[in-house]
Amino acid sequence: MSATASATRPTATTREENQRTRPRRRLRWSTGGLYVGLVAIAVFCLIPFYWMIVSSLKGPKDIFDNLLVPVHPTLLNYQAVFGSQNTFTLALRNSVIIAGSVTVVALVFGIFAAYAIARLNFRGKNLVLGLFLATSMFPGVAILSPLFQLFADLGWIDTYQAMIIPDISFSLPLGVWILASFFRAMPWELEAAARVDGCTRGQAFRKIILPLAVPGVFTTAILVFISAWNEFMIANSMSQTSASQPVTVAIAQFSGISQYDQPFGTQMAAGVIVTVPLIVLVLVFQRRIISGLTAGGVK
Amino acid sequence: MTVRIEQPTRERRRAPRAENRERDGRLAFWLVIPAIVILTLVIGYPVIASVIRSLFGDGIGETPFVGLDNYATALWGTGASDFWAATGVTYLFAGVTIVLETLLGLAMALVMNRAFRGRGLLRASVLVPWAIPTAVAAVLWKWMFDPAGIINAVTGSHIIWTGAELPSITAIIIADTWKTAPFIGLLILAGLQIIPEEVYEAAKIDGAGAWQRFVRITLPLVRPALLVAVLFRLLDALRMYDLPAILTHGANGTTTLSILVVQSTLSQLKPGYGGALSTLTFLMIFVTAYLFVRLLGVNAVEQTGGSKKKGDR
Repeated sequence: MSATASATRPTATTREENQRTRPRRRLRWSTGGLYVGLVAIAVFCLIPFYWMIVSSLKGPKDIFDNLLVPVHPTLLNYQAVFGSQNTFTLALRNSVIIAGSVTVVALVFGIFAAYAIARLNFRGKNLVLGLFLATSMFPGVAILSPLFQLFADLGWIDTYQAMIIPDISFSLPLGVWILASFFRAMPWELEAAARVDGCTRGQAFRKIILPLAVPGVFTTAILVFISAWNEFMIANSMSQTSASQPVTVAIAQFSGISQYDQPFGTQMAAGVIVTVPLIVLVLVFQRRIISGLTAGGVK
Repeated sequence: MTVRIEQPTRERRRAPRAENRERDGRLAFWLVIPAIVILTLVIGYPVIASVIRSLFGDGIGETPFVGLDNYATALWGTGASDFWAATGVTYLFAGVTIVLETLLGLAMALVMNRAFRGRGLLRASVLVPWAIPTAVAAVLWKWMFDPAGIINAVTGSHIIWTGAELPSITAIIIADTWKTAPFIGLLILAGLQIIPEEVYEAAKIDGAGAWQRFVRITLPLVRPALLVAVLFRLLDALRMYDLPAILTHGANGTTTLSILVVQSTLSQLKPGYGGALSTLTFLMIFVTAYLFVRLLGVNAVEQTGGSKKKGDR
């Protein structure tokens, strides 16, 4: 599908031109339907998120009023998130450490493997590719219980490494896959030119290719980071206390302003805090992220 | 951007091939081997350990070798009802969500493919459900499906969504469809964008109507991208855990295979039986994926830009 990503732009322009030269009557007819479709998609995708924000701004008295705007907007829930009965700040730190480490490992080892897959001809290449694809789709539960027992024996339950190591099982193949598709689309003539000028393969890679690869590597980093940040099953099994709990687990186990009921307002506020950085990343880098996603084709 | 990397390829072809290939091969080996070693450690080891552990009994202290007893318990023994119920609901979730998400995703992709104004905004909003962590989405939908929540208020119903089997399953399917359909839409959109406009123009000149163009051109040409999207989604859906674990805690018949495995190994501390369950789950997903690829002729490696050189296509 990397062919897809690289072929996207030219096709889009030709189509745009075609659209413009089309007879006007037809255009107007389809434009109406098109806008309905556009609005429907945006509403479908955004309404639940909007509801999360609105709910997070409602106090305990208004939370069940089901009004589409907060009548008495309050930051009480956000105070509760960072309040004493929740260790959300700690959870945020844990998530950053876990997802960050996973991303670094996946990138460091992923770059080498992806370079080989994108650039070198070797026997068993399809096998290697198939292996990475298969592992990225691997059911997490199949490795969970033996790793849990191993980590229990090692005394690693409730530590960062107990989550980082299993996370690598999906993030490394994901990283290799996306990086390889980015690498394939790069201007490799420059590398050839550098080698004609006397660079070794390593030098050409370091001085020419790596700087050019930065955007692709960065996009891969975002995608791998998001996938590790969003992980829940492994973290829920391996973390036992707030010392190692990442945000996904913390939110699911939240206690709110009032102790007896499900603290929906507080959970929504925490959800907003966890999601907004991801959404900002996604908005800023949407073009690259989509090309990475469609190339990777993985969640 | 369409300029291909023909140059070095042609150059390589001219050079003495065998020698070059060998050097490439050696380099490739050292570049790929660290990643493979790591994956062997984090996947290969646990899978084998799990298979071995599944042949032993559960309990405190030395556990006896029981052969395939754990498998028998799961398949037709005391655990059979739980196991087959979990299998049933897992495939039910996978089947229903995939159909809904593919149809919705296809519709979204068709609209997005035609849209030019507001395309950026649309793309951004489509990425929102994907970016929200599934665990957070589950908490969000749990709140919306609360008996006093917005969904009952808007629809004027008084359903206790997590209180019975059908509402629970419906709630999970709705939440999953919201989370994933836009993503499927993006994957299909990528497939739509490589269909050249000229094909449609030609069909129009030949008198093909909009529906005919869709069925005869769009669907066949987008099929490879569509099938790969469905394959990925299928594998993903068969290991569903987060949504039912948070939304319903696996109650009311929403215990998927993943939840069952986690429950038996971690909560009930039955590593032997749990090992058998996780091996069965793994085999089931593997066989399903294999059949899917075989019957529908999906080439995931090639589709996702794998082995084939671009020029050959």
